[in-house]
Amino acid sequence: MVGYTEALTDPSYKGQLLTLTYPLVGNYGVPDPKITDDDGIPRYFEADEIQARGLVIHELSHTASHWNLSMTLDEWMYNEKIPGISGIDTRELTKKLRTSGVMMAALVVSDTEIDEDKIKQQLASTTSYVSEQFMDSVSTKEEKVYGTEEQTVVVIDTGAKFAIIRNVRELGYKVVVVPWDTTYEKIMSYNPKGIVLSSGPGDPQNCPATIETTKKLIENNVPTLGICLGAQIIGIAGNTETYKLKYGHRGQNKPCVNLETNQVYVTSQNHGYGIKPESLAKSDFNLWFTNADDKTVEGIKHKTKKCIAVQFHPEAAPGPFDCKYVFEELKGLMEK
Amino acid sequence: MPKNESLNKILVLGSGAIKIGEAGEFDYSGSQCLKAIHEDGLKSVLINPNIATIQTDTRFADQVYLLPVNPQYVESVVEKERPDGIMLAYGGQTALNCGVKLEEAGILQKYGVKVLGTQVQGIKNTEDRQLFKDQMTEAGVPVLKSKTVTNFDDAKKVAEELNYPVIIRVAYTLGGRGGGIAHNEIELHEIVERGLNASLVGQVLVEEYIGHWKQIEYEVMQDYDGNNVIVCNMENVLSMKVHTGDNIVVAPSQTINNHEYHMLRSAALRATKHVGIVGECNIQYALDSNSDRYVAIEINPRLSRSSALASKATGYPLAYMSAKIGLGYSLSELVNRITKSTTACFEPSLDYIVCKHPRWDFSKFEQVNRKLGVTMKSVGEVMAVGRTFEESLQKAIRMLAIGNDGLVLNRANGKKYTEEEIEFKLSHHDDEILYNVAIALKMGITVERIYKLSAIDPWFIEKIQNIINAEAKIKESELDKSLMWDIKKLGFSDKQIARAKGKTSDEVRKIRKELGVVPAVKQIDTLAAEWPAVTNYLYLTYGGYSHDVEIPKDDPGIVVVGAGPYRIGSSVEFDWGTVNMVWGLQENGEKNVSVVNCNPETVSTDYDICTRLYFEELTQERLLDITDFENPKGVITCVGGQTANNLTPGLAERGINILGTSAKDVDRAEDRSKFSAELDKLHIGQPRWQAFSNINEAKSFAQEVGFPVIVRPSYVLSGAAMKVVWSQDELKTYVKEATDVSPDHPVVISKFMLNSLEVDVDGISNGKEVIIGSIVEHIDSAGVHSGDAMMCIPPWRLSNKIIETINDYTKRIALTFNVIGPFNLQFLINDDQVYVIELNIRASRSMPFVSKLVKTNLISLASKAILGKPLPKIEENKWQKISNYGIKVPQFSFMQLDGADIALGVEMQSTGEAACFGNSFYDALSKGLTSVGYNLPQTGTAVVTVGGSQNKEKLIPAIAKLKNLGFKILATEHTAEFFEEKIGDIEIVHKISEPQRKPNISDLLYERKINFIINIPSTSTLEKYVGMLEDEYQIRRKAIELGIPVLTTIELADSFVNTLEWLKDNQTTKDPIQPYDELD
Repeated sequence: MVGYTEALTDPSYKGQLLTLTYPLVGNYGVPDPKITDDDGIPRYFEADEIQARGLVIHELSHTASHWNLSMTLDEWMYNEKIPGISGIDTRELTKKLRTSGVMMAALVVSDTEIDEDKIKQQLASTTSYVSEQFMDSVSTKEEKVYGTEEQTVVVIDTGAKFAIIRNVRELGYKVVVVPWDTTYEKIMSYNPKGIVLSSGPGDPQNCPATIETTKKLIENNVPTLGICLGAQIIGIAGNTETYKLKYGHRGQNKPCVNLETNQVYVTSQNHGYGIKPESLAKSDFNLWFTNADDKTVEGIKHKTKKCIAVQFHPEAAPGPFDCKYVFEELKGLMEK
Repeated sequence: MPKNESLNKILVLGSGAIKIGEAGEFDYSGSQCLKAIHEDGLKSVLINPNIATIQTDTRFADQVYLLPVNPQYVESVVEKERPDGIMLAYGGQTALNCGVKLEEAGILQKYGVKVLGTQVQGIKNTEDRQLFKDQMTEAGVPVLKSKTVTNFDDAKKVAEELNYPVIIRVAYTLGGRGGGIAHNEIELHEIVERGLNASLVGQVLVEEYIGHWKQIEYEVMQDYDGNNVIVCNMENVLSMKVHTGDNIVVAPSQTINNHEYHMLRSAALRATKHVGIVGECNIQYALDSNSDRYVAIEINPRLSRSSALASKATGYPLAYMSAKIGLGYSLSELVNRITKSTTACFEPSLDYIVCKHPRWDFSKFEQVNRKLGVTMKSVGEVMAVGRTFEESLQKAIRMLAIGNDGLVLNRANGKKYTEEEIEFKLSHHDDEILYNVAIALKMGITVERIYKLSAIDPWFIEKIQNIINAEAKIKESELDKSLMWDIKKLGFSDKQIARAKGKTSDEVRKIRKELGVVPAVKQIDTLAAEWPAVTNYLYLTYGGYSHDVEIPKDDPGIVVVGAGPYRIGSSVEFDWGTVNMVWGLQENGEKNVSVVNCNPETVSTDYDICTRLYFEELTQERLLDITDFENPKGVITCVGGQTANNLTPGLAERGINILGTSAKDVDRAEDRSKFSAELDKLHIGQPRWQAFSNINEAKSFAQEVGFPVIVRPSYVLSGAAMKVVWSQDELKTYVKEATDVSPDHPVVISKFMLNSLEVDVDGISNGKEVIIGSIVEHIDSAGVHSGDAMMCIPPWRLSNKIIETINDYTKRIALTFNVIGPFNLQFLINDDQVYVIELNIRASRSMPFVSKLVKTNLISLASKAILGKPLPKIEENKWQKISNYGIKVPQFSFMQLDGADIALGVEMQSTGEAACFGNSFYDALSKGLTSVGYNLPQTGTAVVTVGGSQNKEKLIPAIAKLKNLGFKILATEHTAEFFEEKIGDIEIVHKISEPQRKPNISDLLYERKINFIINIPSTSTLEKYVGMLEDEYQIRRKAIELGIPVLTTIELADSFVNTLEWLKDNQTTKDPIQPYDELD
């Protein structure tokens, strides 16, 4: 019901048309992208530009009201040339996605009658989301450094949200963000205390280089935290299997149980793929978090090595801060 | 299987009679709590004297005690029942305060009763102002600069430190009672004194004032293990300036972003964990509208009006879940009641916007201050669900049943103001604030300026601008499909459109349906359609194109119309009627029963009561939309009070099958001329009356029968615009007022008979047989509105002959009007003659009282009658064979209504009622009086001030009795003179208006040297309408503000004194009520 600026700039939504179940969108406008924190990271966004390919909503607020807004949602999307459509019964659309799963779709604007069959044909012949390669467009091309602290955490960027960098910075480390296909050796040349495998879009199998690197990180017991796509990559590197969920978990209200403490946390989630629960048995990972509703895998912990991973977003943005302590867990591994 | 095996029997405390700040929401929360206990196989005991509730039926609770919720009575029940646990969070502030006192007095420890849910220390952590501040600071949650004080001098110092204006809040109170904003020292003195007296612990908080900040609330659930979730957040449209109970509230919040939302959410979880909440609580924040600075204002460690709203807004049954947690379950063990497969440990997502709107009843009160502020004044509320703010707001306005069809295009033309006037109104909120925003926009005042003056967020003002733009467009454009969709999405009703277009609403409906513009039926499913949910909780919206549910074609059902918002004259008793009708129909084999209602504070809007719940407007248009969709075999309009009843003719004319008494017969009873003609045919007497359409006719009638006369429109409830008129001038004024309230119906005047007894009869008929529930006698004389009168079963002043006559009249009238279902008849007894005043062919206010005392559920009987099933054999005059007494006593909320005069008249003013049973009249009465807040002192001081010699004569026995009981009697000069001569030993006390003369009433009141006041307004209670005596008014008002009982009628004074006398040698009984007798 809040968080459209964060969601639209989340690289995990790269290549996707995003629809929101909450019917009133744009109420508090969009803040100024030029406002940054001490590291020069935009304070209110998760990337430098909108990542989603389009937005489908029920009602657009043409005027907005908030002390920190600099433009309306409409103006922002217009500036960034991202199309959107309002006036849609998004509840009905949600039900459709719920029963048929996520699907390819087109936004068509026309003054004349729209030929649906023709559009469907066009849609069938375009590259499908599943086979699309996103890493080149979401991952950084060169290393980026934030902070001057002595100790370093390397973030492998498979589409990292700014919030991941912010949270690691809050732990008190210098952050080096590296491209998704950076080799193990190159990473170790930064002499890192720990590694974060970031979130990102698409099928984890599309990141073979990252998987290779991760295998070595686990082998050499380098403290590592995987988030979302990063968790799936750790899963594959650690001999578990991943699969595509029917319509994924997306939202800010997903309850997860920490099996070590039996406490329930409300988490922010955005993933279309997951780790197969039954594949954990033959791996060296233990189940750490499960989804309280459908019992799917939401977190794993290596039995012997310093490697942990969560399927949800402990960095929030958008969403609740309940699981920020996952970053503290990484810190614990690094300081051990 | 109980979660906690040490538990066996649980005591639940209710909230007592309905008052401003504590309304029917506690019937909802208490009922859910009892349901949760029952499901676990545990025994439950309930203490609550609010007889008109579902929870005091013996359906959910194993034992029900209609007793005052105070430590003395609760202890006697604990001693008898020996419960293992007690639930304090389900009966509002009344139960909470009582729980704290029980703990402090060591009573819970003495009997080994465990507090379930939030512990008493947790309650204190939130209720004690200083403790709360300390706790918040420890939890890293900022609070306002403020200081707790216990006297005025300290308050003054603090106010000077903080700079005026400051806000004064009262510890341990409800609905912000006694608080206020002080702009200067004089106001500070007034509010602090009032607050100190209202507070249980004699302390108030003086705090910096932040009226322009946003007011945001979160509802939190937490279990014993410390798992916690936010179930709902809400934003108050009228910012911090107005108490949330009087605010227009939306859920979810609309104008805060992700960062602010989660900042406040995390703070809520930290704060509630730190203070030790177990179960449900509400946390309220102020959020700066120009930065992300925020402060926590308060935590309510219990179910509240906001939590009832949050429950209905999200579909998450907070009270039920909270009770389960109290019984020991963890959140993750509990299941989402809607999906039945996902966990209850989650945060609902909404795909609609909810708008809650308060219902005020200021027009019922003489001299009341309509200004909205930090003290709650509304008597009820509605909740509207839609997919735009405009839709939800305009729906909400219609739901209020105040005669408006939306924000604009209403029957009454908008008021005209100068710029200066409107600017004043924008910065001084009253009950018309949003209409005033609309007027200001039409006058061309900018959004920015309106925001500056009103502190209403520009986003909401822009939405009102959308409504105004649409209004203009409707007026100037063709009603084509595209425009029709646009305006329906903004919540315009057919009536509004018809008014703009000079058409009838039927014509607009026809055009609209031809264009294919019809609402969609959507589910409220807690998770925005993400998972399949088989929920029956529904609303209608134009913000969608397809229905979520289908109606089985082969099984047409029945639609029961609920009662809408609580208001004076239509309260929880009609919800009791609605729910009992649904149960009655189900028990008689109806599988498919839907409910339509819009009041979030009710049990009828719990979705597990009926087959399908429509949380919707009670308007003709919406009912027709629902019947179009449902295609039911019939609609029941006779249990939802006058709101439902008024829909009868319109629905019937449009082909809807009304179950029960036919629309034609209802009309024969409601239309005064037709009703009267029928009575003439039956040779049954009635006070002289006449219907009229012009003032001259009215004047000559009044002259002929002599003043006073009663003026009223047909088709109104609880005396709206009903007045006793004493002169020609007044007559002119009130005729106009009466025509405004009910323009489509004639206005009637009748002779007002002074010194009469009034009697109510509740009954059921199936058209062939008539079952009389009981004859109920009013203790007050006629002229006091029946809703404000104390009532007694059995009658004790009526002769057998009169009872026989009433029985005979009742049966003949019910049969003549072909009543099928419930009815209520009102009689006047004057000089041994029986007159009929009115017939209501519907459920009445007194039916729960009659049903419970006589152990016959009248609404269950009514459901049989309506379905055409044979009525069971019920002993003739069963009510006369009941051995105990029942007395119903009104509850007033004058304390909250700044300035309102408490003298009673024909307009109903009470907000609720309590009823107690006993072995004798005084046994029942003393419990009844205690239940509604009267202290019954054994000794002390009484002030007597009586107008008119007749009244003084009548009071002699009571004053003499008081004297005998050892009370010191003070009286104002003339009164003292009279009683000194008749009784002797009376001390003189001087009027408030003569402060230099001592002893003065004012000083004695403040010094609390007076236990109660007998103040009978001059010559008759009714003469206040002629010209109120300022001095008497001042005495009444001051006393109320200080919480000192004022007895304003002879009957009340007599009963009160007799009760004190009785208590000297007697003890009240403490017995549970008996369940209803099985029918058949």
